[in-house]
Amino acid sequence: MAQDKKGFSHDLIERNTLLLIVLVLITVSIGGLVQIVPLFTIESTIEKVEGVRPYSPLELAGQNIYLREGCYNCHSQQIRPFRDEVERYGHYSLAAESMYDHPFQWGSKRTGPDLARVGGKYSNAWQVAHLVNPRAVVPESIMPTYGWMKERPLSYGDIGDHLKTLKIVGVPYTDEQIANAKADLEAQKNPDGDTAGLMKRYPKAVVANFTGEKTVTEMDALVAYLQVLGTMVDFTKYQSKQLQQ
Amino acid sequence: MTSATLTSGATLGSQRVSEDVRYHEDAIRLFVIAAVFWGVVGFLAGTFIALQLAFPALNLGLEWTSFGRLRPVHTSAVIFAFGGNVLFATSLYSVQRTCRQHLFGGEGLAKFIFWNYNVFIVLAALSYVLGFTQGKEYAEPEWILDLYLTVTWVLYAVQFIGTVMTRRESHIYVANWFFMAFILTVAILHIGNNVNVPVSLFGMKSYTFVSGVQSAMVQWWYGHNAVGFFLTAGFLGIMYYFVPKRAERPVYSYRLSIVHFWTLIFLYIWAGPHHLHYTSLPDWAQTLGMTFSVMLWMPSWGGMINGIMTLSGAWDKLRTDPVLRFLVTSVAFYGMSTFEGPLMSVKPVNALSHYTDWTVGHVHSGALGWVAFVSFGAIYYLVPVLWKRSQLYSMRLVSYHFWTATIGIVLYITAMWVSGIMQGLMWRAYDNLGFLQYSFVETVAAMHPFYVIRAMGGVLFVTGALIMVYNLWRTAKGDVRIEKPYVTTPHKATVGAA
Repeated sequence: MAQDKKGFSHDLIERNTLLLIVLVLITVSIGGLVQIVPLFTIESTIEKVEGVRPYSPLELAGQNIYLREGCYNCHSQQIRPFRDEVERYGHYSLAAESMYDHPFQWGSKRTGPDLARVGGKYSNAWQVAHLVNPRAVVPESIMPTYGWMKERPLSYGDIGDHLKTLKIVGVPYTDEQIANAKADLEAQKNPDGDTAGLMKRYPKAVVANFTGEKTVTEMDALVAYLQVLGTMVDFTKYQSKQLQQ
Repeated sequence: MTSATLTSGATLGSQRVSEDVRYHEDAIRLFVIAAVFWGVVGFLAGTFIALQLAFPALNLGLEWTSFGRLRPVHTSAVIFAFGGNVLFATSLYSVQRTCRQHLFGGEGLAKFIFWNYNVFIVLAALSYVLGFTQGKEYAEPEWILDLYLTVTWVLYAVQFIGTVMTRRESHIYVANWFFMAFILTVAILHIGNNVNVPVSLFGMKSYTFVSGVQSAMVQWWYGHNAVGFFLTAGFLGIMYYFVPKRAERPVYSYRLSIVHFWTLIFLYIWAGPHHLHYTSLPDWAQTLGMTFSVMLWMPSWGGMINGIMTLSGAWDKLRTDPVLRFLVTSVAFYGMSTFEGPLMSVKPVNALSHYTDWTVGHVHSGALGWVAFVSFGAIYYLVPVLWKRSQLYSMRLVSYHFWTATIGIVLYITAMWVSGIMQGLMWRAYDNLGFLQYSFVETVAAMHPFYVIRAMGGVLFVTGALIMVYNLWRTAKGDVRIEKPYVTTPHKATVGAA
């Protein structure tokens, strides 16, 4: 039975560990290389879209909380180009809209609704009330409660280091943005303060004392993040190059 | 290995064989105990989070117990803690016997790997609960834990491959091709998907090197092949050793094993994009993912055929040997899942299934039906051997475990099929005025009964596992249950029966 040889001789591979290892490594490398490498080399992978910008420091802190709490386990952030989906959630998601998400937050599951364009859909007060107790606002909801987050002070002493690290991995934070990281974070919570610099550096950032607390809280950050989702691109002006004739 | 060489003087910890090779078994025993322990933990965690979806009060309003933080505890516990320890136990047990060689690096290295891997597991689970995560499915541990795992994995690769390289049997047995492919590919995947830059060397937080579309592709290249190599290739290695051993029959087809091995490991890698259909991943990548996923059905069924047909001439054992029943049923579930997977990879099907519970149902038919069942079969095989008992405490309890668990699985997957397809259809439903028929939350409310049924399935699955724990504990103690034995039919005509 062992004399049945496949091809040149599988028997040879079975007697030689190193050969088996090398052939396995080659075999399993091909698919990954073909599917991953061109995503970096083909320029049209991410069509540049006006309006997409890096997250403001407060929004970034909010995204980190979103990750920490595992929100992506129940919520997606990727609208597919289906009629019903676009009607329910808004314009289908563009590649550029997640280009600064390290890592992507497209999600795999909709136990709860897609959040790709949740920004501006609900008021700040709604978002806070819903996070504190989802069922107070949406009785059928099965979402956990995050009341403990409302008064938890945000730890942001190292926010500048976060921007620096993101710059290393390719997010185009300017020196000015990095230098003003802490100030911009605090400014976004204070609508009565000077927000000119913040708005110049991060257009369309939502400025508010979200939770009503004196200090910047974790929930401030999370709501600031939620309120910017999907709002960066002006779809009244957006025209995909691929559709132009 | 003739019985004449197993002397009565054989001590716990080693087994003398004809060429004077002492197999190392201490660490294998540790891995088996850890596997059973983490299995129960992981199944309980899964049942708890399933109940949270049905009864959200169970989130308890605390940051450490919310579904979002506990879900990765469940997935890591069942895949890496349970599955991982099963793979270590079975691969290190069988590689010695198929190579007629004791472990390269010895008992000491094996135990070192055991302790470091399991410490990593505990640290990872704790880290998620305390709020440290990379936020990527099945790759949640932060950078410092990733490094720890890498070191441990390299040692495992050295021990396993070293044993194969120093083998006294000239041929490398098929199970070992699968184990080696699993070990090597998991290493590549782990490194490839964890290229992260820490914010500070003294903190846990890091950011991925890639972002957006590229990070989506890398994540699902990783994620699908965590399934393909950790949960499939590795467990096919288990199947190729334990099914023929338990059935006392040779593997059905040598040629098939060659063909399906190479095609499986080649095709699996390409399947990742089927997790990203209709997203902003470029179309060409989605098409590749779909077509290769459909092709993947073939080598998968090649494995299923090879496993099930090994029972040729011994089908009666399915009735009389519940341990073998676990092993063979696992291969049947493997066949089912590897048909459902390619089906769901077809874009129009995926348009309905993506984001729904159908995906969850599919995962669990594979995870519970294939991975867990082949693990149970292997563990039931191993415990009497490793604890030097002539038999399990009770074969009937194995059967009770089998039926309890199987009913649990059926409840789970059917509930998720119904809820998943229902969700997909409700989301896209229009009324006759042309408006969306259902608000999102109406679909959430519609899920409730199925979440309850699914949780009940989980409770049954846990119950089965607890029956196993009891059975194995009594076996290790040397007890034998007084029960009606399974007997073979008087007029059996099986060829090659011992």
